[in-house]
Amino acid sequence: MKKTDTVIIGAGPVGLFAVHQLGIKGLKSVVIDNLDKAGGQCIELYPDKPIYDIPAVPECTGEELTKKLLEQIKPFNTEFFLNERVEEVKQYKDNWIVKTNNNNEFLAPNIIIAGGVGSFEPRKLSVKEAEKFEGKSLFYAVRNKEQFKNKNITIFGGGDSALDWALELSKFSNINLIHRREEFRGAPHTLSEIKKLEKEGKISIKTPCQLESIEGDENIISITLKFDDGKTEKIKTDIVLSFFGLIMKLGPIAEWGLNMNKKTIEVNSENFQTNKKGIFAAGDICTYPGKLKLILSGFHEVALASVECFKRARPNEKYRFEFTTSSKNIQERLGKK
Amino acid sequence: MPKITYKDNQGNSKTIEVENGLSVMEGAIQNDVPGIDADCGGSMACATCHVYVEEKWLDKLPKAEDAEVDMIDMAYKPKKNSRLSCQLIVSDELEGLTVTTPEKQS
Repeated sequence: MKKTDTVIIGAGPVGLFAVHQLGIKGLKSVVIDNLDKAGGQCIELYPDKPIYDIPAVPECTGEELTKKLLEQIKPFNTEFFLNERVEEVKQYKDNWIVKTNNNNEFLAPNIIIAGGVGSFEPRKLSVKEAEKFEGKSLFYAVRNKEQFKNKNITIFGGGDSALDWALELSKFSNINLIHRREEFRGAPHTLSEIKKLEKEGKISIKTPCQLESIEGDENIISITLKFDDGKTEKIKTDIVLSFFGLIMKLGPIAEWGLNMNKKTIEVNSENFQTNKKGIFAAGDICTYPGKLKLILSGFHEVALASVECFKRARPNEKYRFEFTTSSKNIQERLGKK
Repeated sequence: MPKITYKDNQGNSKTIEVENGLSVMEGAIQNDVPGIDADCGGSMACATCHVYVEEKWLDKLPKAEDAEVDMIDMAYKPKKNSRLSCQLIVSDELEGLTVTTPEKQS
């Protein structure tokens, strides 16, 4: 079990800034996130879209903001546990034990939940028989492309993931690409490559149609597509890959005994503590009178939460408010002196 | 205030007066209409405020921009009359609009 001052759940902008606010107060933290990289919604939903309301930053993208925040917390050498989801939180005296689905365990007096709208999970196919093939011949991500060699593969989706994998896997397999409308929304260059391969007969594109059913016992044998004009077509396939983006699911957070309001956690806006002492919530996932779901609000929320975290982690020390501009202590922690 | 009718896929319906300028999604959230999640809060990033618009309204509504159609690709069981309710802004012209929520949002 790893000991730390604060376990931060969620590596979005608010979770990252929490590292900073704790760090300048001399507190250690670890960050856990279900995604494979830091940035949360900024990196997963709108890496290229502009944000105009970060104070003193007239315009930046989700990706740029994430990079800047990571740079800002570099001096604290914080350990990140990515591709991991917190499954269980339980009390141990005045501390909390946090367990992840990767069997990592942490002991800390404080937890800051900066989980946005929950963890990102792939959007699943809507036909009910999909579940029994999942992980065997139906996949929502490609982890090891070797297993897709010399197969008949059907790919669903109209975005970059669907197009990129269609291109890549067409090098050694037969590809059907299925989309609900004629227009694809991938990068123009990828699209022209796909069209070229379609002419060469390496990729077969079927539009506008959607999945009607999947046939097979252990493994998928075929799938049936339904076109907009009502016609159906059965195609033989060994593997189905589906790329309909990610959906946010609150997941186990709902079971930790916190006071919830719909999908958000109620906090005291003085220190962003929940109804459990030592568990804080900040950013989109918290709610209090007047709450705005803005990144800048999340920054404020973790600044205040970090003060209470300090008091809990260092009960024998007096908390002193300091400015980064003039505090020698802070500047040392930032590696500036 | 224009009246908007929200139906669920079981046929239950609720008619609500929604203030001009709010989105059809906000009308639902503020009045506790089930079936619309709106996880991203209206930034066209999640497709969990997906609704089916009554056919006769399709041409009367402002056309969906590309980003909305791209997002609808991700929605649960999209159809020709699918829209994201966060992009439908209530005005007097929308008096009587009826939308149906899908079986689920994700």
